[in-house]
Amino acid sequence: MASMRDIKRRRSSIQGTQQITKAMKLVSTVKLQRARSAAEKSKYYFDSMFRTVNSILSRVGHIEHRYLIPGESPRKAVVVITSNRGLAGGYNSNVVKLITRNDELKKEDLDIYCIGNKGREAFSRHGYTIREDLPDIIEDPLYSEVNDLTNRLLASFEKGEIGEIYLAYTFFKNTVSQEPRLIKLLPVEPEDGEDESNAVMNFEPEDVEAIDMIIPKYISSLIYGGLKEAIASENGARMQAMDNATSNAEEMIDKLSLQYNRARQGSITQELTEIIAGSEAIS
Amino acid sequence: MADNTFAIRIITPERVFYEGEAEMVEFNTTEGEIGIYPGHIPLTVIVKPGILRIHEKEGERIAALHSGFAEILPDKISILAEIVEWPDEIDEKRALDALQRAKDRLKDRYENLDVARAETALQRAMARINVLK
Repeated sequence: MASMRDIKRRRSSIQGTQQITKAMKLVSTVKLQRARSAAEKSKYYFDSMFRTVNSILSRVGHIEHRYLIPGESPRKAVVVITSNRGLAGGYNSNVVKLITRNDELKKEDLDIYCIGNKGREAFSRHGYTIREDLPDIIEDPLYSEVNDLTNRLLASFEKGEIGEIYLAYTFFKNTVSQEPRLIKLLPVEPEDGEDESNAVMNFEPEDVEAIDMIIPKYISSLIYGGLKEAIASENGARMQAMDNATSNAEEMIDKLSLQYNRARQGSITQELTEIIAGSEAIS
Repeated sequence: MADNTFAIRIITPERVFYEGEAEMVEFNTTEGEIGIYPGHIPLTVIVKPGILRIHEKEGERIAALHSGFAEILPDKISILAEIVEWPDEIDEKRALDALQRAKDRLKDRYENLDVARAETALQRAMARINVLK
C-alpha cells in the first residue's frame, strides 16, 4: 500500500488538474455561447445561398459550364477545418479520420488546404500533401480571407491542377453532439426534384457569365458557414471533454481520499498496538 | 400574392439585413440600374455598388449595396449581399478618403494597377457618399 504522503501528494496534484479543467470548461462554455449565436446568424446566409444556388441551377436546366463538370485532373483539393488548440476530445481526430478513412480520397491525389494547427500536425504525420496552412483564419474568421482562399482554389481549378474541391468540417448539431461532414464544393451538383415552379430562370448577364460570378460567392459562403459551425463545434466538444475530465478527477479524488483515510486509520491503529505492546513488555 | 407588394429579404454573411414587404425595389446591377415591381419574371442579376431603394408602403428606405447577387421571382426577391450598409453605419470621412484614393489611382495609372479593383473601390465609395446625401 502506498504511503500516506504519496497518496496526499497524488491527490493534491489531481486537485490541481481538476481546477484547470474546470476553468477550461467555464471558458469554453462562454466561448460556445458566443460562437453559437454567430453561427446561427450566418446560417441564414449559408442556407439561403445553398437554396438559391440550387434553385437557380435547377431552373437553368442542363447547361455546359466548367464549374458544373469535374476537371480533368485526378487531384482533389480538400479544405479541412480543425482547431488550433487541443483538449477538445475527439473533435480534431474525427475530422481527420473522415479523410484518412475515406476510400475515395487517395492520399497521393489529395491537396490539403488546412485551417487549424491540429489538422496540419495530423496530416503531416500521415504523409499528406499540405498545399496551404492557414491557422489564423480560425481565430477570427473574416469573409474577405475566405474569399481570398476561394479565389486561390478556383484559380488552381481553372489551371487544371485540381479536378474537384471538398470541404471537411464539423457540423454543430447541438451542444452535446457534433458531426464531422464532408461536402463537395466543386463541381456543383444541384439536388434534383426540389424545384416546385417550372418557370425558367433568366439571367442578366448571360447565364454562363452569371454562374461564373455566383459560384465563387457560393463556395466562399459554404466555407465561411463551415468555419462558423466548426468554431461552435470546437467549443462544444471542448466543453464536453473538460466536463468529463472534471468529473473523472472528482472520482479519482474521492477514491484517493478514501485510501488516504484508510491509511491514516491504519497507521493510528498500528501505532496504538505498538504502544500497548511496548507498555506491556515493560510492566 | 398580396395586392401589390412582395417579400424582400436581404441577407449578409453576418446577419439578416432586411426582411419585409415592399412595393418596389431599385438597385444597381452589372447591366445598369433596375427597378423591380411585383410579378417580375424570374431573373438572376449580379449586384454592382450603388444605392438600394426599398419602397415600402410607409415610405422609402435607402442603403448602400456593394456586392452580391439577387434572385428575383414574381412574389419575392432574395438579395444575397456580401456588403450592405444603412446610412447610419457609414463612416463618411472614410468613404471620402477612399474616393480620393481611388480617383488618384485611376488618374496616375501606374504600372501593375488593378484597374478593375480601383474602379470597384471608386464605385463603392460613391455609393456610400450618395446614400448619405
